[in-house]
Amino acid sequence: MVDHDVVVVGGGGAGLRAAIAIAQTSPRLRVAVVSKVYPMRSHTVSAEGGAAAVIATGDTLDEHAHDTVSGSDWLADQDAVEAFVAEAPRELLALEHWGCPWSRLPDGEVAVRAFGGMRKMRTWFAADKTGFHLLHTLFQTSLKYAQIARYDEWYVTTLLVDEDRVHGVVGIELATGRVEAITGRAVVLCTGGCGRVFPFTTNGNIKTGDGMALAYRAGAPLKDMEFVQYHPTGLPFTGILITEAARAEGGWLINKDGYRYLQDYDLGTPSPTPVLRSMELGPRDRLSQAFVHEQEKGRTVDTPYGPVVYLDLRHLGAAMIDSKLPFVRELCLSYERIDPVHELIPVRPVQHYMMGGVHTDLDGATGLPGLYAAGEVACVSINGANRLGSNSLPELLVFGRRAGIAAAEFAAAHRGRPGPVVRSRVADERRRLEHDLLARRDGRERIAEIRTEMQHTMEGSAGIYREAESIVKGADRLRELRERLGKATVEDTSRVFNTELVAALELEAMLDVSETMLACALRREESRGAHQRTDFPNRDDARYLAHSLVSRNPTGSPRVDHLPVTITRWPPGERVYGR
Amino acid sequence: MSELTRESPAQGAHPLPAGPYRPRTSVFWWVRRRSYLLFVLRELSCVFVAWFVVYLLLLVAAVHRGNDAYQGFLQWSGQPGMLVLNLVALAFVVLHAITWFNLAPKAMVVRLHGRRLPSRIVAAGHFTAWLVVSALVAWLVVG
Amino acid sequence: MPDTITLQVARYRPDADAAPTTQEYVVPLREEWAVLDGLNYIKDRLDGTLSFRWSCRMGICGSCGMTVNGNPVLTCGTFLTDYAPGPIRIEPLANFPVVRDLVVEIEDFLRKLPAVKPWLVREDEQGVDDVEFLQTPAQLAEYQQYSMCINCMLCYAACPVYALEPDFLGPAAIALAQRYNLDSRDQGAHQRLDLLATAQGVWACTYVGECTSACPKGVDPAGAIQRYKLTAATRTLRSVLMPWAAR
Repeated sequence: MVDHDVVVVGGGGAGLRAAIAIAQTSPRLRVAVVSKVYPMRSHTVSAEGGAAAVIATGDTLDEHAHDTVSGSDWLADQDAVEAFVAEAPRELLALEHWGCPWSRLPDGEVAVRAFGGMRKMRTWFAADKTGFHLLHTLFQTSLKYAQIARYDEWYVTTLLVDEDRVHGVVGIELATGRVEAITGRAVVLCTGGCGRVFPFTTNGNIKTGDGMALAYRAGAPLKDMEFVQYHPTGLPFTGILITEAARAEGGWLINKDGYRYLQDYDLGTPSPTPVLRSMELGPRDRLSQAFVHEQEKGRTVDTPYGPVVYLDLRHLGAAMIDSKLPFVRELCLSYERIDPVHELIPVRPVQHYMMGGVHTDLDGATGLPGLYAAGEVACVSINGANRLGSNSLPELLVFGRRAGIAAAEFAAAHRGRPGPVVRSRVADERRRLEHDLLARRDGRERIAEIRTEMQHTMEGSAGIYREAESIVKGADRLRELRERLGKATVEDTSRVFNTELVAALELEAMLDVSETMLACALRREESRGAHQRTDFPNRDDARYLAHSLVSRNPTGSPRVDHLPVTITRWPPGERVYGR
Repeated sequence: MSELTRESPAQGAHPLPAGPYRPRTSVFWWVRRRSYLLFVLRELSCVFVAWFVVYLLLLVAAVHRGNDAYQGFLQWSGQPGMLVLNLVALAFVVLHAITWFNLAPKAMVVRLHGRRLPSRIVAAGHFTAWLVVSALVAWLVVG
Repeated sequence: MPDTITLQVARYRPDADAAPTTQEYVVPLREEWAVLDGLNYIKDRLDGTLSFRWSCRMGICGSCGMTVNGNPVLTCGTFLTDYAPGPIRIEPLANFPVVRDLVVEIEDFLRKLPAVKPWLVREDEQGVDDVEFLQTPAQLAEYQQYSMCINCMLCYAACPVYALEPDFLGPAAIALAQRYNLDSRDQGAHQRLDLLATAQGVWACTYVGECTSACPKGVDPAGAIQRYKLTAATRTLRSVLMPWAAR
């Protein structure tokens, strides 16, 4: 058993930001960053387009807040949004002071670009590798602080809870297979989203909803789990993201007839140069939904990896693409073997982001004392029913910092080592894992088969459009898959770097998370943002201007309650784009 | 860099893993790749560069000692063994010069009107300077 | 094009093997499959015990570096068809201890990285909270290339100096030090000098240049090192000729 003051689970953008905040504000606290991959492998690295924060002259916090609230289809908590837009500029400046290579204007000031759903140019960018630079800047800056101890390649399997308080985590050190408790007075979950519950996703292999499952099992409720973001432009087969910045810099979405089809979906009229909050710069939910309608009209192109439309960047020219979108070109050349300077990029909607997550307040505090969450794993909520592009990076900074500081204060106020109950829970967990490790040889099914079936179930039941029947069917299927997982085989019995054992544990987490997603999706009998019910096609503010809060019944099944949305200054209205 | 070392013993009833496998570098690592071989040859070329320096010093010494010594030096140099040695040395020195000039743009960032010159131009500059100096020397010796 | 291709995969299970062995698998040969897709096919369908790292499969997380037919590459961006009809030899990255199968231990790099202070050093530690440090596009271009390192370790696997001289800081660590040295906002170059201009630093490099050839992100660590040699040599010369001038 090793002891720290605060245990941060996850070493991506939010986790590192939290750790740095603790190291700066409470330098005497010992912080542990426990991550299943080396921090620089975390999925923050894949974010491309940019990070929104008001800095340009002529832009205001109110406009950023209003864009975010209307983008969220009024499901965001407006007090959280106000705190978010107010603190975002300071966070991006902090990153600047730590060395982040933000793209610049000729006079040396930070440059901003347009982004979907934003009425002003306010997205800071580091070419189109913003997440990569942000993560590496945070990682390299974190190396300054000796009090941050890292546990790289440790997979956390459970939270240690006693007397309604969290006391740390139990993890497996992958390199040795050792199961060990890492205790602390507070735990901050920063494990990212759960895109891997879907078959076609921009998310890396590591995004398996671990933190959501840890919190849910420990009794901290999840929130708004029905809201899944599909990004309109993913490469077929790989699901590699082609950033929204490609459209912000002037790219067009065209169907098989070369027609800019978004004009048919109340998103404005086409113009040769990009217009903010219009056409290709509409919000992601609306663009992904438009694709489905194009497909139904037979105006998409069939490929071996599903129907596609095209992203046309040819008119932008090589110089512009190389300076503003070099990664787009690199990805297209390496993974599709096409050159966007001369050719059309085939794209289709792809699961991208989870609006829902562990329910927290503005300081990242969850329903369980001592447990905090920030980043994609959390739901504060500033994203509501649909997140605007370039809000996720500032979100993980603003709320990573807030959660870190709040956790440090909690840890400072709660002294004392964990008692015997915690020690016995560690022993239980060690037994469970070693049982999993050794006693599964007689199983029949492979983990991967069950995982694939889960992914297709989720695509069928919780895709861009949903309806009661398929959700119910999907939920039944998940229960069946859970039973099968209990009997599946873990062929690998080695203690050293057993990725199959990790895959089995990740699948358990994904099944828990999937179950909550379907439970919330079934309960919300309306269409709002990214949650579109064909059997309830309209927004219903009278019944559903509320968050879904899902917690686990003693029997293990999910229970969905509602929580009112905080409205401060922007009463619910129509979402207007392009007019 | 966890506080816990990787070498700490595994717990429970399981056998102790042997630990990471540490591959040993073969003595002949440099024949594995063409680029490694070229690199080793380039490194080796410094021996021949050194030989040319010694050879030049011997020449100067012979000239200093008078005509007889100089004639003796020429005769010694005309032996087939010496010819072969000097031809091989010349080949290595040329290799030395070419490889280093090709690498020069990596160490030097030359800017013109704020724009970085392409490495080919920087290398070409080196080669041009080499040719000019060689021509000058040739003119001094022959002309 | 044949339907399948053979992968000869290095296996090492420390609880069972004294040294790595090779295991052959036959996987489908498809136009759009990367070597990583072949490995995942093995993991999911043929043999769940094969261990390797991967995540983003878009060449930015740096997890999936391996040796393919003798060359260090990111397996997510290396396609099976480029090696058809095969077989393809897949081994862990060279010059690192092998933890298991295709997984190598990179702790050595993570110990060396903080030593070169890869963060922005400022004399005025607080900084200004409301204003950015100005940096023109030309000043950004000065170090941008060196900021593209994804820590994938391919350069260490390609470097024979690192193989022979384990104390060598290595290409990526030095390139990252140069990334900050050349950043107009940084004031820490003199702090990094004491480590960089040593026998474990740039002077260990004999300029094989393979790190730059192996780099999937065009960082050119070899160039970074040579440039630093020039800087270090100039500084030394200056301190000899003008000992009174403060550095």
